[in-house]
Amino acid sequence: MRWGLDDVTVRLGGRVAIIGVTLPVEPASVTVVVGGDGAGKSTCLRALVGLVGVEEGSVRRPSKSKIGYVPATAGLYADLTVDENVAFSATAYGLSGAELKGRAGRILGLVGLDGVRDRLGGQLSGGMQRKLAVGMALVHSPELLVLDEPTTGVDPVSRAELWRLISRAGAEGTAVVVATTYVNEAARGSAAMLLEEGRVLISGAPEGIVGEVPGTLGRVRGVSQPTAMSWRRGADWRVWAPTGDLPPGVTRVDPDLEDAAVIAALASEMAVSS
Amino acid sequence: MWAMVTKEFRQLRRDRRTLAMMIVLPVLLLVVFGDAASFSVKEIPTIVVGPRAELVAPLLHAPFQVVAVDVDGTESTAKQRLLVGAAVVGVVTRDSGVLVLLDGTQVFSVQTAESALARNARTPGEAGFTAAAVRVQILYNPSLTTSWVMVPGLAGLILVFIGTLITSLGVVRERQSGTLEQLAVMPFRPWDVIIGKIVPYLMVAALDLAVIIVVGMAVFHVPFVGNVATFLLGAALFLLVTLGMGVLISTVSQNQGQAIQLAFMILLPQVLLSGLIFPVASMAAGVRWISYVLPLTYFIRISRGVMLKGTPISALWQPIGLLAVLAVGVLGLAILRFRRDLAPNLRGTAEQGAGLLEGANP
Repeated sequence: MRWGLDDVTVRLGGRVAIIGVTLPVEPASVTVVVGGDGAGKSTCLRALVGLVGVEEGSVRRPSKSKIGYVPATAGLYADLTVDENVAFSATAYGLSGAELKGRAGRILGLVGLDGVRDRLGGQLSGGMQRKLAVGMALVHSPELLVLDEPTTGVDPVSRAELWRLISRAGAEGTAVVVATTYVNEAARGSAAMLLEEGRVLISGAPEGIVGEVPGTLGRVRGVSQPTAMSWRRGADWRVWAPTGDLPPGVTRVDPDLEDAAVIAALASEMAVSS
Repeated sequence: MWAMVTKEFRQLRRDRRTLAMMIVLPVLLLVVFGDAASFSVKEIPTIVVGPRAELVAPLLHAPFQVVAVDVDGTESTAKQRLLVGAAVVGVVTRDSGVLVLLDGTQVFSVQTAESALARNARTPGEAGFTAAAVRVQILYNPSLTTSWVMVPGLAGLILVFIGTLITSLGVVRERQSGTLEQLAVMPFRPWDVIIGKIVPYLMVAALDLAVIIVVGMAVFHVPFVGNVATFLLGAALFLLVTLGMGVLISTVSQNQGQAIQLAFMILLPQVLLSGLIFPVASMAAGVRWISYVLPLTYFIRISRGVMLKGTPISALWQPIGLLAVLAVGVLGLAILRFRRDLAPNLRGTAEQGAGLLEGANP
């Protein structure tokens, strides 16, 4: 493991926020941390960048000058222009002169904000603000890029553009970690980790996660819930049979990441209750 | 409607600061206006010098409070005592008559003293002097111009305003927008952030101070007879205290509303109890103690002393020393608290089993 968390437990205000979390973050990869509100995603990321101390386990991170971090909040100065925001970030990371200008220009082109360089950060749309924040975190070509929910509350077009930026950073060799509440976004990464109540439910490469789903998954159309282990998915019901035997009338389907996440949660509940 | 009332009370109960302000503020105002807000001075520190000092001193009744009697003293002795602020009234007795020196920077004390002297003049003969033999001389501010004493004080008030309110708002804005968290991850040392955050406000406040003094001198003809360096030293120390309070407020405020509330609670007593408007000497003993912990009280002593009287630094060691202590204490505490926000991974990392492989570069 190059960077990441190794069996980390974090306690915040007496409450355990994450427990025994291992999150490997490799260079030239995008790791997606998925979970609902309060699952511990932000705590994982904050522990990774050193914003919270860990109670147990160890953290591997590069020096501060090689980290790019965008918190879940804005991550930019609303009363500075786009140009000034990028310049601040670049200067903070030790860039100056022609190098600063060159990098800032390239980043603004990359995030598609070249045409609004004189606009105040606060006057940008939500999607543009997030793109600017990601651009600011990328301006110094960090080794580790940590993004806390960059796509939450962002329109679909901007979300696609953000993911294009994130994938590009990964492809250029950066170790990227992205937290998100959207399960379908896990498929965009090279590795995913699903968190619930501070614990890791499942982790690994997306295809590996899907391939290792226990039991059998089926699909059936109907009004009422067919079994206790079933959930709505569009017009259909998904039915999960932990033992592998699907009820009659249920068609077998291959699970995707969303199904895998629900099944992992159900399996975890079963393990707790048994 | 009842639902609204219940909701409002519940919210109010959670908002402890507003509740505190609603309760503390009326009490403070009551105390101040009931007890402290008085222009009539009850005690005026008086020094009596000259060959007949021992004869004259017992004849001085309230409001004169004789703090020293010096038979060998001369007019210059008395002036020196007034210059360093040891007394407001200097009575110089001579064989030929009495010279009463008054410290014109203490406008209300002087007005009270003048009317007391006028009363005394109606009962002449005491101590063998006729009223005609009593000569009164007001020093430093002969025409008792209010603006002369207000400008040095207002300079302090404006420094409090910028230092405390504007600084706290600036830091809280950073916290509220979440950028403070980002700064903590950037390759800044906590000192870089703290100093980088404070210096612009320090510079603006210094510029403001210069403007106030220059405008005061040009428009209101306020004199500046003392040493500029002494004044600057006092102003710098005072500014550090106010900036420290600003940062301190920001570390205990989650949003700008809370910061304004707290800054207001710190500003108000300084306006009312520092001697800016009401003389400290006229306050009741209990209230006077509050004024003694307010930094503006000491800055006003320095600024009025240096600007109007030319008080030397040797006579101002007490307010300068106290401001220095306050500066170190308040700014130190503020920086410690602010640092905790900027280097949170240093907090509580001593737990067993916690390992941090920062900067590992295999």
